[in-house]
Amino acid sequence: MEEFAQFLSLLASTVRLSMPLILCALAGLFAERAGVVDIGLEGKMLAAAFAAGSAAAVSGSAWLGLVAAVAVSVVFALIHAFACVTHKGNQVVSGMALNVLAVGLTAVLAFAWFREGGQTPALQGAARFAPLELPFVQTLSGVPVLGPIYARLISGHNALVYLTLAAIPLVSFVVFRTRFGLRLRAVGENPHAVDTAGISVAWLRYRAMLCCGVLCGVAGSYLATAMASAFQREMTAGKGFLALAALIFGKWMPVPTVLACLLFAFADALQGRLQGVALPGIGVVPVQAIQALPYILTVLLLAGFVGKAVAPKASGVPYAKEK
Amino acid sequence: MRAKGELPAWIDVVVLPLANLTLAFALSGLVVIAVGEDPVKAMRVLVQGAIGHPEAIAFTLYYATNFVFTGLAVAVAFHAGLFNIGGEGQAYIAGLGVALVCLYLDFLPWPLVFLLALAAGMGFGAAWGAVPGWLQARRGSHIVITTIMFNFIAAALMTYLLSHVLLDPGHGAPETRRFLPGATLPSMQTMLGWIGVDAPRSPLNLAFFLALIAAFLVHVYIRHTRWGYALRVVGQNEQAARYAGIDPGRAIVVAMAISGALAGMMALNEIMGAHQRLLAAFTSGFGFVGIAVALMGRNHPVGVCLAALLFGALYQGGAELAFEMRGISREMVIVIQGLIILFCGALENMFRPALAALFAKPERA
Repeated sequence: MEEFAQFLSLLASTVRLSMPLILCALAGLFAERAGVVDIGLEGKMLAAAFAAGSAAAVSGSAWLGLVAAVAVSVVFALIHAFACVTHKGNQVVSGMALNVLAVGLTAVLAFAWFREGGQTPALQGAARFAPLELPFVQTLSGVPVLGPIYARLISGHNALVYLTLAAIPLVSFVVFRTRFGLRLRAVGENPHAVDTAGISVAWLRYRAMLCCGVLCGVAGSYLATAMASAFQREMTAGKGFLALAALIFGKWMPVPTVLACLLFAFADALQGRLQGVALPGIGVVPVQAIQALPYILTVLLLAGFVGKAVAPKASGVPYAKEK
Repeated sequence: MRAKGELPAWIDVVVLPLANLTLAFALSGLVVIAVGEDPVKAMRVLVQGAIGHPEAIAFTLYYATNFVFTGLAVAVAFHAGLFNIGGEGQAYIAGLGVALVCLYLDFLPWPLVFLLALAAGMGFGAAWGAVPGWLQARRGSHIVITTIMFNFIAAALMTYLLSHVLLDPGHGAPETRRFLPGATLPSMQTMLGWIGVDAPRSPLNLAFFLALIAAFLVHVYIRHTRWGYALRVVGQNEQAARYAGIDPGRAIVVAMAISGALAGMMALNEIMGAHQRLLAAFTSGFGFVGIAVALMGRNHPVGVCLAALLFGALYQGGAELAFEMRGISREMVIVIQGLIILFCGALENMFRPALAALFAKPERA
């Protein structure tokens, strides 16, 4: 029973750790499916986390924090679109620029506005997304196995977790079952065909970046106002890049991407618990080895040593009408 | 003869980058206003802190040394049409190579230690760059993603080695023991002392001259050798390269190896020169500064050196700025860096249509 409880808590922390990855990876899915490479997921999430942390601290409302986070992240996404779609700039350079800008700007503004050495004030009460208890937890608590699973794994997360879980089928539906989604995917594979059909390539890509910005915004707000209780300097700590890896791992498909995020989050949850523990037959696994695992797997996958990941054909290429 | 809409060379090389740079600085000024400080005063403190006195200049040149290396690294890869974001990881791994020589071969005479450390730094960096290059050339994986992943793998590997294998037990922080005097690079103060010149104490060291030599050699390599030519042709048009009998895959691997070696030379400045021990995260994002430096310097070695000087001044002046003005933190420099990458890189052509309307030759009938 003790092992079962431990396993449940491992799974629950996997769920909590996977949320920013899932949101960012889905954000990246919109961008890359539309043919815009976005290595700026990290920066958008960081800027959003700062916006959420400061807006929530000032207003006392986590939901206002969420609105601010989404707004800031969308602005970053639109700058990326302005540079890459309107001015046909280098998409990697633009993403890099926004990442660097986000690191600098959040630290400078946090330092100046809140005078707490680069973080925002600690949030309490309604300024944070608190864990919610779903109905019937008490009723089911007597049921073996299912009771604890319901109470500890399914219930007890904050609102953003349930929002994210709802976003997964929604994104899948939008990208694969709607006209917008069809055009979005087409513009990432063959923008000329889309243009010939009389549909604006630029406007489609702008809308893809809008979706991308919104999702990164939620991810940032999750970091600062749900998982932690304040914005901290560089608190994204590479999660945006990990999400990018998950997107590649999931071959730019929503469900496999989410599974990859869960796998990476599971590794993350596991490494904290494996610290200094000797595994039978293997010995003590260095924490760093587990940390590096998602990146190593992604490199191997991209190189075609385990499966093959093929990016949307037109991703990374600015679209110019033929003269 | 210029085609329609093409700009005169001086506009392309001087006016356009200056306009972009001005915009980046103007926006940085707005950020300074947003944190409630005076941008004009901030600029004055920054310039004063960067070049106001001999010690400041020495620090500026010390930072610039790093940026010449990482900037050249990005520039060489750019010439081959590759985006190497992995300078950070390549320099970090190179630090391992340099440290291994300085820790375990320090009984050898200094010139030998120096040459071995140089070779180890460049070699380790080159290897960490060549693998993503090989993966791109032969397995089709995208260099940008692979080099990003390699940065994280390098960080994990180095954290492990520093906290488990190379750790100096006497220290709280994950770092090695200090190198012996016979296994370090002489400081500028020492070197100027040899010829009787009095210089202030600073981390500026022999690596500064290595940076200048590297810039010169890169120029010769890119412009005046057939290998450099092959590299540029591959960067321009892979198909054409293949018709010309150039193996693009080979050129890509070579370009990434050189790029990694250059990034790796940064470790000489930091590890063997300034810190004289290997410490965690010594690269401090300087690999990423190389991207801004290469973009601003338009991938030309002279431009890279000038841009590195500007960034060296920014880093040193930024430290003074954070010290002098209470409302501004050190990261202000990173804001400026981000804006420069944005305007000199991603949005470099924003002003082109406007300038073209002003200066371009009208189309001939």
